[in-house]
Amino acid sequence: MQQNNDTTNGPAAAAFLAAGIGSLALALFVILAEAMTSVKNALNFYNPVGPLSGKTTMAIVIWILSWIILHSAWKNKQVSFAGVFTASLILIILGLLGTFPPFFDLFGG
Amino acid sequence: MVFTDKELWTVIHGMLLGAIFFLAFSGIWVTLFSLHPERTAGVEKRVSRLKIATWATALILWLTVITGTYIVYPLYRAKPPEGANLTQFPRSYLLASPERAGWHNFGMEWKEHVGWLVPILVTAIAYVISRYGVTLVKEEKIRKAIILVFTIAFIAALAAVVFGAFLNKAAPIK
Repeated sequence: MQQNNDTTNGPAAAAFLAAGIGSLALALFVILAEAMTSVKNALNFYNPVGPLSGKTTMAIVIWILSWIILHSAWKNKQVSFAGVFTASLILIILGLLGTFPPFFDLFGG
Repeated sequence: MVFTDKELWTVIHGMLLGAIFFLAFSGIWVTLFSLHPERTAGVEKRVSRLKIATWATALILWLTVITGTYIVYPLYRAKPPEGANLTQFPRSYLLASPERAGWHNFGMEWKEHVGWLVPILVTAIAYVISRYGVTLVKEEKIRKAIILVFTIAFIAALAAVVFGAFLNKAAPIK
């Protein structure tokens, strides 16, 4: 694991923002599966687990891809950490909200 | 005192892996707060322990959600054959009664989703701690961000663990 004594804040910003994107992605898949039977069926990657298998797998794929892209873009850059972290927090909170049953049940058919 | 295979997996998933996370959380949290510019003595040792602890915690969390989703959850949601004793099929047992259905519709539905946010957040934290190491002492914004995200992860984990315990009481996997 690389450790710099005089490093930029880009890698930290990328890690937090990607975690926020992954959190939001999970919430979106939960809501979409609740709202549309076709999505729910498409996310049923493994029958004993049901759509939860697809929701979580897709969220993780999006999280990792976004982390790779953001890290590549910001690995040597100094970014507005406060701004990026605020955006990350908003995405994480939306992720928590979207996985809360009284909220995602609002989208149920 | 004999566990069935099914009961053993619920113990591994909830009591063993879940409990380790809670123990690790308190140690990591205290160490994060100890990383302060005015407390530089022994900082390298503390950061070194912190790296190991956060990566180990992230690994435990991934194992927790994977065993929970791919081993315990299929046991919970198994469909009963006609005329079966529903107490052997927790999801169906809970949904068969309006008084019990909330345990599934709220408790399990929340637990099964929110639990997956926790390893994502803690893996990001483990990476940031490894990447920045002792420089976290002077990187106040990043250090505070780590503490805040780790606290959110803890609250999400708490929701999952508490409902896991309640569900195992309301409709145990046997």
